[in-house]
Parts: sequence; structure tokens; C-alpha cells
Amino acid sequence: MKYVQMIIFACLLLLPFAGRAEVAQYGYPIQGSYEATILGTPDTFKPDLPVSIRTRELTLDIFPDRKKPEIFFYDKGLRCTMAYQTHKAPLAFLIAGTGAGNQAPHQMTMMKSLYQAGFHVITLSSPTSPNFIVSASQSRVPGDMEDDAKDLYRAMETAWNSVKNDIEVSDFYLSGYSLGGTQAAFVALLDEELKIFNFRKVLMINPAISVYSSAERIEELLRAIPGGSTKVGYFFNDMLARFSEFYSYNSFVAINDEFIYTVYKEKLFSHEEAGGLVGLAFRINSAGMIFTSDVMTNSGYVVPKNRKLKTTDSLFEYFTVSTHLSLFNYLNEYLYPNVHKKKPGLTKAEFVASMSLKSIESYLKSSPKFGVMTNADDFLLTQDERNYLRELFGERVKIFPRGGHLGNLEYKENLAHMVEFFKKP
Amino acid sequence: MYIRAQKNCSEEAGNYRNIHHAVLGVIFCLTGLLAGCATTSTGLPPEEPPMHTINEFRDQRFADVHDPWEGFNRSMYKFNYYFDTYLLLPVVNSYEFVTPTMVQKGVSNLFNNLGEIRNLTNNVLQLKSEESLITLGRFVTNSTIGIGGLFDPATSLGLKRRHNDFGLTLGFYGATSGPYLVLPLFGPSNVRDTSGYAVDSGLRYGLYSLIDPFGAIDEESEVSAGITGLEVVDRRHQESFRYFQSDYPFEYYMVRFFSHEKREIEIRKGRIHAGKE
Repeated sequence: MKYVQMIIFACLLLLPFAGRAEVAQYGYPIQGSYEATILGTPDTFKPDLPVSIRTRELTLDIFPDRKKPEIFFYDKGLRCTMAYQTHKAPLAFLIAGTGAGNQAPHQMTMMKSLYQAGFHVITLSSPTSPNFIVSASQSRVPGDMEDDAKDLYRAMETAWNSVKNDIEVSDFYLSGYSLGGTQAAFVALLDEELKIFNFRKVLMINPAISVYSSAERIEELLRAIPGGSTKVGYFFNDMLARFSEFYSYNSFVAINDEFIYTVYKEKLFSHEEAGGLVGLAFRINSAGMIFTSDVMTNSGYVVPKNRKLKTTDSLFEYFTVSTHLSLFNYLNEYLYPNVHKKKPGLTKAEFVASMSLKSIESYLKSSPKFGVMTNADDFLLTQDERNYLRELFGERVKIFPRGGHLGNLEYKENLAHMVEFFKKP
Repeated sequence: MYIRAQKNCSEEAGNYRNIHHAVLGVIFCLTGLLAGCATTSTGLPPEEPPMHTINEFRDQRFADVHDPWEGFNRSMYKFNYYFDTYLLLPVVNSYEFVTPTMVQKGVSNLFNNLGEIRNLTNNVLQLKSEESLITLGRFVTNSTIGIGGLFDPATSLGLKRRHNDFGLTLGFYGATSGPYLVLPLFGPSNVRDTSGYAVDSGLRYGLYSLIDPFGAIDEESEVSAGITGLEVVDRRHQESFRYFQSDYPFEYYMVRFFSHEKREIEIRKGRIHAGKE
């Protein structure tokens, strides 16, 4: 029933595009970039993936001498997940997006899809994720592309060393989505120098071109909410009240996918509000990064300097403060001063420039191993940046007509494209 | 009379406050001493205020839940993590490893079907005729065609489960949630739902004693202990949540908020449909 409903719905959505062949052929159903980002891919539009696959969870002790603060007592090391074949096969590393862990839903879907196509896969958390900051970041301060690439490379090496006696690998591949896509390019560059993996191909999925400019796009989403980005609390509570009201006055059996899909169909939230929710999700994510990094470095940014937090201490104030800080607060007040200590000659403008793919464009242009997948309505990119991607990579960039930021990553055509990119000789 | 009482009250409060101050003073001195010791032993410099504090933001709090016992709750949260890690999850994992998926499904169906009695009682208590009928229909269908509840043909026939419990019943008749409470082993709850759980369990135990299904067997207590054990394992098997799995440092607040909000939204819906709001 649900299936039929969705098909009818998809057909209705496609009607206005009937005349435009290229667009009409693309069946990802959700219009609206923010809506797509929130909803992702409805189940019936995902490919058939294996339910259970051979996996092993790795917990890597990258810095054996590191003392971890008491409140991170549960952190036993960097967690990665490996899916493995029983025969010789290529191995793909996957880097997660901002704040996401190694078992984030996108990671798991990509892993299953590549496993199905005969790859070994190892998934990595984003350098901006709390687990990575605590257990795998040398500086404990994420955001410097060069440092993050070194940390990622070290983590990959450690992971590989821990499994290389158990699996047979023919070649190495690399992919990442969102910020992880951008980082994949920097990791590939480092690999040209260290030559441990000699990645055959690298696929960037919905990458940011300039991390600074993408941060600006995210902040814009929050500036558009009533009262601006300092009123995220009011905004959250308003949206929650509307959501709760809608549920209460209708006869849904439970808060499930069907209900969420109805919320979208009935346009309970306007396009701008959906954008605000996306911005807020980023905020809640980055709050974890800011707090974790601050505790790890004892910098006195949101937690009093020298305070030893216990596991029973309330962290609510830190949660509230961290969710009210923008990515620019983090960059200007915390990240840049930290980087500046190590590289005193580096100006802010130079640092901002170093966080862009443009800083390594000659390499990207010269190497045939790169491919890019992104969307025409990915709001983290400007039109100029999309054009830049086309200039840089030519045929090797695939731009899907919609899907927002990562919304269509789990759509069958997108996953098929990803697998094909790696499989093509 | 009222004024006098109030005066007495405030006098008492005054006395109390004096004692309180004295106690606080002693504690303060002690802590000072201890902190002094700590400082000299670890060489930790004094605290300094952070760059950003809560005072600079003029905004509503969000994802907030009444939680005066947070310290205790966080201890329980941690206890549950350890209990899971070292005892329950290893057992659940072995259970999942040795039993075929079909058997696991059957066991879950069986216990879920027993749960229909709780759903039915509370749907009736809240005078929800449609939900009660559906629940009754599910119980009868699954107990007969579903071979004593091993299968769940009712769902395929369009009769979706209508969960209900005594915590929701209390909420339906106007009880507020009370403070948030993390229960050992059972996890996130609140004062209202904990009492609700006690009532549901009491009812169930009563019914069980009445029917006495294993009365004829010699090892009755062993059998029922085995069944309780299996139920605990099955419940954890059905629940995918893992403590601290998200690595998010504010996971406690996310769990608190979502578990609280889910219950409140359900209760509100029930009250609105019954014309109570």
C-alpha cells in the first residue's frame, strides 16, 4: 500500500518535468533541497542490499599513552567497522561527514553497497566526531585540513595493520561524503607522498569546495529563522510544538516513516523552516565537536579551564552554550588561534584559503584518479563552486538534478554510480 | 490561623536556614581543605571562567526536561552501560548466535502477544473502544491462528499494535510526568511511568498467579525463572539502543528528551481525541 502510494506520489512529482528528458529520468522523489536532506531516501527507492554481511568492529589504540578525561570513560579507542570478503578483493576506505561516526546510516549503506559489489570496506568516523577527537586526533582540534588528513592517514594505517594478516587486498580505494569528501582529497595528496596505499581511485560525494564558504551557507540557514541564529531555542520549541500538534490532532498509529512523510507532503514546515532545521542539526552536531575538543585541550572555551568534569556532573549549560556558537565562533576564537600557535607565520586569510580544494587544485587537476558526485541543489555549494567543479574535473563530475545535501546518497541510482566509478578499470 | 502557620513556617525555615548555613560552612571548610590537598597533590591550577558562558545568550532552553536528580540518573545511566556491556549484551549476543532468526522472531512475538493483555487493560481503562477492539482482535487472532502467539498474522491483516500501559493511563487522566528517572536495568523513565510500570507488573503477576500455567510441573519456580530470563533477553534483543554508542557527549540529553517527548506526545494525543484538551 505504502509502495503504491509512493509511486503515485513520485509520478505526480515528475509531471512538471515530463518534457525535460534528462531530469524526468532521474527518479529520486523528494523536491526541495532541505526537505531531501532531512528525509533522505524513502525505503522503496533504495536498492536491495544484503541484510547481514560479514563485519568486524575494530577499536584502534592510536595513542597508547594518551590519558583520557574521566567523562569520556566509555571511549576505548577509535572505532571503525570493517566488512570483509573471504577472497582477494579491493579495499575501500570511507570517511564520514561532519560530526558523523563510523556507523552513521550513510556509512552503513555505502558499506553494504560496496560489499555487495565485492569490495572489502573500512568505515572511518569524521575527524570532527567526538570519538575521533578523543582517540585519533594528534592536536585534538579538528578543522585544519592538513592535520586532519595526517590523522586520518594514521588511523587508516593503524586499521590496515590490524587486519592485513586476515584479508587479502588487491587495491586501495577511498571515498568520503560531505566534509569527508573534501578530506578525502587531502588524504589522497598525502598518500602521493607516503605511498602506503597508492589509492587507485578517489570519489568525493557532496564535498565542500571551501569549508569556509560552506560554513557560511549553513550559518545563512540559521540567520533566516525568526530572531536570527541566536534564537535557536525559540525556533526549536516552535517547530516541536507544531510537530506535536500535527501528530496529536491526526490519527497516526505511531511516529514512524509514514508519519514523517506525511509531514513533508502536507508541508507542515515551510522551505525556510526546513532550512532552519538543517542548520540546527548542524549546530547540535558541532556542539559535540566544540565541547569535546575543549575538554580534551583544557582551553577554557566553553568549560572552565582546569575543571575536572565527573561522570555525574550536569553538562546542560555546556550543551546550551555550544549549540549557540556558530562555526565562525569556532573558527575565529578557537581553531585559528590553536593553529596559529603551531604555525606563527600563517595569516587568517591564508588559513581560510588552506581549507579549500582550490589550495590543492593543481594536484586535483593533474591526477586522473578523482571523481565527484554532487547535486544541482546542494545548498553547501554556490553556483560558482559547481561550475568550478566542472572546470576542474570535466567529465568526472556527476551532478544529479536534485537531492539537496546527501539526501539522495542512498537512492539506487546514486549508489550504482558510486559502485560503477570504483569498478570501472 | 493561616498567617500564624505561615509565620511558624518561616521561623522554622529561618532556624533551618541557620543550621543549613552552619552545615554548609563546615562542608565548605572541609571541601576547601580537601581541595587544598588535591591542589597540592595534583598540582592543578585553579579554575578560570570560560570564554563563553550561558549568561551571554537570551534564548529559550531547548531539549530540556525536568531532571532534579540528574546526578543520580547519570550514575544509573553509567551503571546500565556497565550492566549491558559485561552481562546482558554478551548473553543477548550468544542468544542471537545460537538460535535461528525464526525462533528469535517467534519468541519476540510470544512476549509481545502476552503484552497485549497490558495494552488491552489500559486501552479499556482509557475508554478507547477502537483501540481496545483492535487489541482484542490481535490477541485472539495471534493466540489462535498465530499458534499461541508464536506468529503475528494480525499485523498482516491490518491490525496494527496499539501500545498502551498504565503510565499512559495515569497521563490520560491528568497525571504529569514528574521528574525524569533513569531506572537500573530498565533505563529512561519518570516518576509517573515508573509507578505505571509497577501497576502493570502487579496486574500481570496477579493474572499469572490466578491462571498458574506451570502449576502441574514439579520444577515450577525454575521454569518461571527461565521464562523471566528469556523475556529479559528478548526485550534487550528487540531494543537496538546501546548506551554511549553515539559517542555524542550530550547523548544523555538527547535520550532524555526523546524518551520524554515520545510519551508526552502520545498522552497529549490520547487526551485530545478524548476531548480532554
